[in-house]
Amino acid sequence: MTLNAYLILSTILFCIGLIGVMRRKNVLMLFFSTEIMLNAVNVGFAAISKFHGDLTGQMFAFFIIAVAASEVAVGLGLLILWYKRTGSMNLDDIARMKG
Amino acid sequence: MFEIIAFIIFSVLTISMFSITVLTNNALYALSSLAAGMIFISAFFFLLNADFLGAVQIVVYTGAVMALYAFGMMFFDSLSEVKEKIKNPRLVFLLSGIIALIVVIVLIAPVIGQNLESDYPIHPEYGNTADVGIILFTKYLVAFELAAIMLLVAMIGGIVLAGKKMNESYSEMKEEEIDEKIRLENASQKEIK
Repeated sequence: MTLNAYLILSTILFCIGLIGVMRRKNVLMLFFSTEIMLNAVNVGFAAISKFHGDLTGQMFAFFIIAVAASEVAVGLGLLILWYKRTGSMNLDDIARMKG
Repeated sequence: MFEIIAFIIFSVLTISMFSITVLTNNALYALSSLAAGMIFISAFFFLLNADFLGAVQIVVYTGAVMALYAFGMMFFDSLSEVKEKIKNPRLVFLLSGIIALIVVIVLIAPVIGQNLESDYPIHPEYGNTADVGIILFTKYLVAFELAAIMLLVAMIGGIVLAGKKMNESYSEMKEEEIDEKIRLENASQKEIK
């Protein structure tokens, strides 16, 4: 397989995640779409790492996975707190500072 | 030949699983198809000779992140419908598209401008795991330790945020106490709203 095939796949997956982020108003679905986007980028990094003969791409993929894990922990904690308080998971309800 | 067949099969599977995640209205379907997609993504890492990354992908995503989501979803009424109404889609799509294009150009310009050489080349004779370990514990040691601290902070933050009022257990209270508590909570919620 060529590098282009992997990069095209990575782009398609990233676009699926982007569609999810823009279309969905359920905050839980928003988190899922973010995970998809992070994974798409990881595939691209690993592919470039192999075809370029350099390990830096894999290193960045590791750190992206670490960031994703901590993002989930904090984000889910905040979402649980918000849901206990208001009973809603809609993104529009969180927009309280809208003037 | 084998690589091409595997690539096609796994890309079709991954794209369909992630499409289900994005398009479905049922949070449980979304969660399980996302977990399946994560497993299929790890197949690409194995195809790309990044064995350790593939193992980490399975362990961290399907082991830790998905379990966290599954436990977190017990707090939500996950089958409830959320009204999804987009007010001005064209503006959003246009703005995000332009911003994405600008970011890509900014990031790609130095790569095209000067031919990059590999700073940390792959040694096939070491094997992927040993190779990754050598680089991770020499060149990226500071970043590695910072990531460890970040994960610790995130863990404590998650426990503090989600674990409020966990010290009260309904099973140890009497019937009247629970009624009184629920009445008080409803009253305080009305005040917030």
